[in-house]
Amino acid sequence: MNCSECDATLKILDDASVGEIVSCPDCGADFEIASKDGSNLVLKQAESVGEDWGE
Amino acid sequence: MSKVCIVFDRLRSEEKMLQKEALDLGCDTSMLDAKITQINTDSKKDDYDLGDVVLERCVSYFRGLHFTASLEFMDVSIINTYDVASICGNKMIMTLRLKKHNIPTPKTYFSFSSESAFENLEKVGYPLVIKPIIGSWGRGVMPLRDKDTAEAIMEIRDINDGPHDRIYYLQELIQRPPRDIRVITVGDEPIAAMYRKSSDGFKTNIALGADPELCEITKEMEDIAVKASKAMGGGILGIDMMEDEKKGLVVHEVNNTVEFKGLARVAKRNIPKAMVEYALTCIRK
Repeated sequence: MNCSECDATLKILDDASVGEIVSCPDCGADFEIASKDGSNLVLKQAESVGEDWGE
Repeated sequence: MSKVCIVFDRLRSEEKMLQKEALDLGCDTSMLDAKITQINTDSKKDDYDLGDVVLERCVSYFRGLHFTASLEFMDVSIINTYDVASICGNKMIMTLRLKKHNIPTPKTYFSFSSESAFENLEKVGYPLVIKPIIGSWGRGVMPLRDKDTAEAIMEIRDINDGPHDRIYYLQELIQRPPRDIRVITVGDEPIAAMYRKSSDGFKTNIALGADPELCEITKEMEDIAVKASKAMGGGILGIDMMEDEKKGLVVHEVNNTVEFKGLARVAKRNIPKAMVEYALTCIRK
């Protein structure tokens, strides 16, 4: 699967779960795994860090 | 068999650790993404896969807080409770709660306009540390060492003009070693602690690259952490302390959705396991 921003190859582990964030190794864009059906994955753009994020 | 539901908005290794420990303890688990969950005033607990107890783990404070309110409306057992989350999520309310319960905490000044905050600074003297009342990972926390810096920061706050920017939280700068202490409490019991060392500057947030190191929990730390946890209302918390050269340990923050990835690697106790075990004790009979 390739990055929609820069077309680099994304490294996604086999055991990755829905909701996990995948970062592009080249451009740094973050994607969230929106759904997973076997080896078929759907990615969406991850939310950017919000003012209220944290512990 | 009990079922533990983990509510998240960004699945991090902490949430996966909690799920693994719940499974290892023989529980069923469900993972619920708050971002795509719809709730209404007729919603019932059974409309969702919420299990017997919920661990709220959203990285967005307001999302987690309001999601918690929705689940409590449905009589779901949730950790932490809305009351605990709302106290810990606002530094001013948290500080007032600490002081009210006689827990040592840095002297803190509250002002409700930039003019008043500036007047207070001039009266008390520099330096003071300014902190946003909402926020984490050290964002917006900075020492005001002189008038020029204070004026610049006040101006930025006035321009931003978010509702919380009008509340000014100014705290004495604690003279301490370049580190602070994070104690994780589960059900009012301290289970692990670490030093967070600042390599550069005065911030010690792990999210900013501070170096974690295992810390033995002393009797003093334990007593203060237990008192702070009880003052907030219990649950699963991260109690942050500084070692004041004159006053000893002071609690400067209590965190609601505690991050534990770094500490879990070196702690003697299994932190996510302790959290799940505690959650199981909170299941409504």
